[in-house]
Amino acid sequence: MERLKVKLNNLELDNPVIPASGTYGFGYDYLDFYDPNILGSISLKGTTLHPRFGNVTPRIAECHMGMLNSVGLQNPGIHKVIEEELVKLDKIYHKKIIFNVSGFNIDEYVECVRLLDNIDKVGIIEVNISCPNVKDGGLSFGSDCSSAASVTKEVRKVTTKPLFIKLSPNVSNIADIAKSCEDEGADGISMINTLIGARFNLKTGKPILHNVTGGFSGPAILPVALRMVYEVYERVNIPIIGIGGISSAYDVIEMMYAGASAIQIGSSNLVDPYTCKKVIDDLPLVMDELNIKKITDIIGRAHK
Amino acid sequence: MVFNMKKIENYKIIHNNLIAKNTYEMKLEGNVGWIDKPGKFINVSVDSNYLKRPISICDYDETTLTLVYKVFGSGTKWLSNKKENEKIEALVNLGNGFELNTENEALIIGGGVGVPPLYALSKRLKEKGVKLTIILGFTSKEDSFYIDKFKELSELVYISSNDGSIGEIGFVSDIMIKYNLLDIPYYTCGPTPMLKAVHSISTAKGQLSLEERMGCGFGACMGCSHKTKNGYKRVCVEGPVFTSEEIIWND
Ligand SMILES: Cc1cc2nc3c(=O)[nH]c(=O)nc-3n(C[C@H](O)[C@H](O)[C@H](O)COP(=O)(O)OP(=O)(O)OC[C@H]3O[C@@H](n4cnc5c(N)ncnc54)[C@H](O)[C@@H]3O)c2cc1C
Ligand SMILES: Cc1cc2nc3c(=O)[nH]c(=O)nc-3n(C[C@H](O)[C@H](O)[C@H](O)COP(=O)(O)O)c2cc1C
Ligand code: FES
Repeated sequence: MERLKVKLNNLELDNPVIPASGTYGFGYDYLDFYDPNILGSISLKGTTLHPRFGNVTPRIAECHMGMLNSVGLQNPGIHKVIEEELVKLDKIYHKKIIFNVSGFNIDEYVECVRLLDNIDKVGIIEVNISCPNVKDGGLSFGSDCSSAASVTKEVRKVTTKPLFIKLSPNVSNIADIAKSCEDEGADGISMINTLIGARFNLKTGKPILHNVTGGFSGPAILPVALRMVYEVYERVNIPIIGIGGISSAYDVIEMMYAGASAIQIGSSNLVDPYTCKKVIDDLPLVMDELNIKKITDIIGRAHK
Repeated sequence: MVFNMKKIENYKIIHNNLIAKNTYEMKLEGNVGWIDKPGKFINVSVDSNYLKRPISICDYDETTLTLVYKVFGSGTKWLSNKKENEKIEALVNLGNGFELNTENEALIIGGGVGVPPLYALSKRLKEKGVKLTIILGFTSKEDSFYIDKFKELSELVYISSNDGSIGEIGFVSDIMIKYNLLDIPYYTCGPTPMLKAVHSISTAKGQLSLEERMGCGFGACMGCSHKTKNGYKRVCVEGPVFTSEEIIWND
C-alpha cells in the first residue's frame, strides 16, 4: 500500500512498523502468528562481539501497563548470528533487517560494525549505546555527549551502511546527545531504549529481579518517548525511529507527529504476539479516520 | 480441531471451584486439539495485570482442559474470581511437555502447585501400562488436593507434608530415601529446592519441569533462560521439561 511507505535514508519500507530489538529474537519466534514479510523491517536481538549468557533469573517483572527486564543482552555472539541466524532468517524474511549491536568498549562496537559492512541483508546498523542492563556497559556511552560522539565517530569509519544510534532516555540532555551523534556522521537516531526501574516483593521485601534493576518499557513509557522524540526532532536533521510504549495504530500516528519517520514496537509484542500485524492492518483505517492521505505527510506535524 | 501452532484461544469456564486452601480447579471448554502430550502450559490473559500468567495443563479430554492453580498474587486472584460460563483468553500450545519414555516403571514426584501437570502425565503413563509410584508433597493437609484422583491411578501413593498434618512429616525426598525409590526413572515438578533435592539424590534418569518468570511465554524475550549442559535454553520453548542429564542449576 503506497500510502504507508516510509523512507529511512535510502531504505524504503512498506510501512513504518518494525518490531524492536530484544522482543523479536532473530525473527522466527512469531511464525505461528503471521508472515513477518508484512513488517516494514525487523530489528534483531542486540548482538555483541562475544557470546553472552546474560543475567541470572528472575529477569522479568511488571507494573501497570509496563514491564521490567534484566535479560542482560543474552546472545550467541556476532559470528554465530551472522553465520547461522541471518542464514535462517533469510529463508523466511525477504526484506532488509536492522542489525542491533552493543559493545563494552569502542573496539567491540567497531569490530561488530566492520563485520556487518558487507552483508547485503543488513539495511541499517542500529548501535545500542543505551542498554541499562549491563553494569559496566552501554550506559556510559549513551550517558554523555562526548562518549556518544566517540562511538559514532569510530563506527562511522568502518561502514558506509546507514548507522542509527539508539539512545538511552536515562539522561538529562537527550537532544544534545542526538546532536553529537549527528555531528559525527550518524544517519539516524533510534529512540528510546528502556528507562530504569525496580520492583520489590511485598511479602519478603526483596528485589524481584535478581539484578535488582531492569529496563522499564511498555505503554506506561509512551509519554516519555513522545516528549524525547519531540525534543530531538527540533535539534537534528536526520530521521528518527520512534520507540517506546507503542501498542496501537493511534500510538504510531502520535509518534510520527512528534517527529518519527518510522517506529518500533517492543513489549507489546510480548503481551500480544499479533500486535505488529494488528497495527499494520489498523493504520489505513485510522488514517482514514484522521484524514491522513500519506503517512509521510504527518512526520513532525507537532512542530508545524 | 487439531493444530500444532501457538495461538490465542478463548475458553468457556465450566467450573472454577475451590478444592484446597487458596487452590482452585478450573475446567475449560474450547479447543484442545493442540494437546498432544502432558506437561504443556498455557499463558492466561488476566485483566488485573500487564503480563499473562503461565499455568500447566492438569488434565484434558476431547473437548475440555483442566487447570489447577493456587492464588499467589493479583493475577491468580483475578482468575479465582471468574465465574462459570465466563470466558478466558490464553496463548496456548506452549512448552515441550513430558516425553513418555518406554520404561515399564516410573516414579512421579510432585510438590504443591507442581502436582497438577503430573496428573495428566500419570494418566497417560498408566494407559501405557507403566507401573506408577507416586509421591505428593504439600505444606499441610489444608493445601493438599487430588490425592484420591492419584490413588485411582496407583496403589503406591505416598504423601508428605511439612507439618505432618497429612501423610508423613518431611519432604518428598525423605520419602524417596525411606522407601528406597532412588533408582526408579522419575518425572517431577515442584518448587526449585525440591527439584534440586530430587535431582541430586536420585540415581535414575528423570524429567524435571521448571518454573521461571516469563515475559512472553513463546520464545521472544529471553526472560526465562535456564542454563543446561547444552547451553542456555528457554523454559517456555525448549522447556519447561528438561532431562536430568542436561539440567544445571542457575547460580
Ligand atoms: C510453566 C509454568 C507452569 C505453571 N503451572 C502452574 C500451575 O499449574 N498451577 C499453579 O498454581 N501455578 C503454576 N505456575 C506458577 C504460576 O504461573 C504463578 O503462580 C502465577 O504466575 C502467579 O501470578 P500472580 O499474579 O498470582 O502472582 P504475582 O506474584 O503477583 O506475579 C507477578 C509476576 O511473577 C510471575 N510469577 C509469580 N510466581 C511465579 C512462578 N512460581 N513461576 C513463574 N512465574 C511466576 C507472574 O507470572 C507475574 O508475571 C506455573 C509457572 C510456570 C512457569
Ligand atoms: C525483553 C526486552 C529485551 C530488550 N533487548 C534489547 C536489546 O537487546 N537491544 C536494544 O537495543 N534494546 C533492547 N530492548 C529495548 C527495546 O528495543 C525498546 O527500546 C524498549 O523496550 C522500549 O520500547 P517498548 O516500550 O515498545 O517496549 C529490550 C526490551 C525488552 C522488553
Ligand atoms: S518467556 Fe519470553 S522467551 Fe521465555
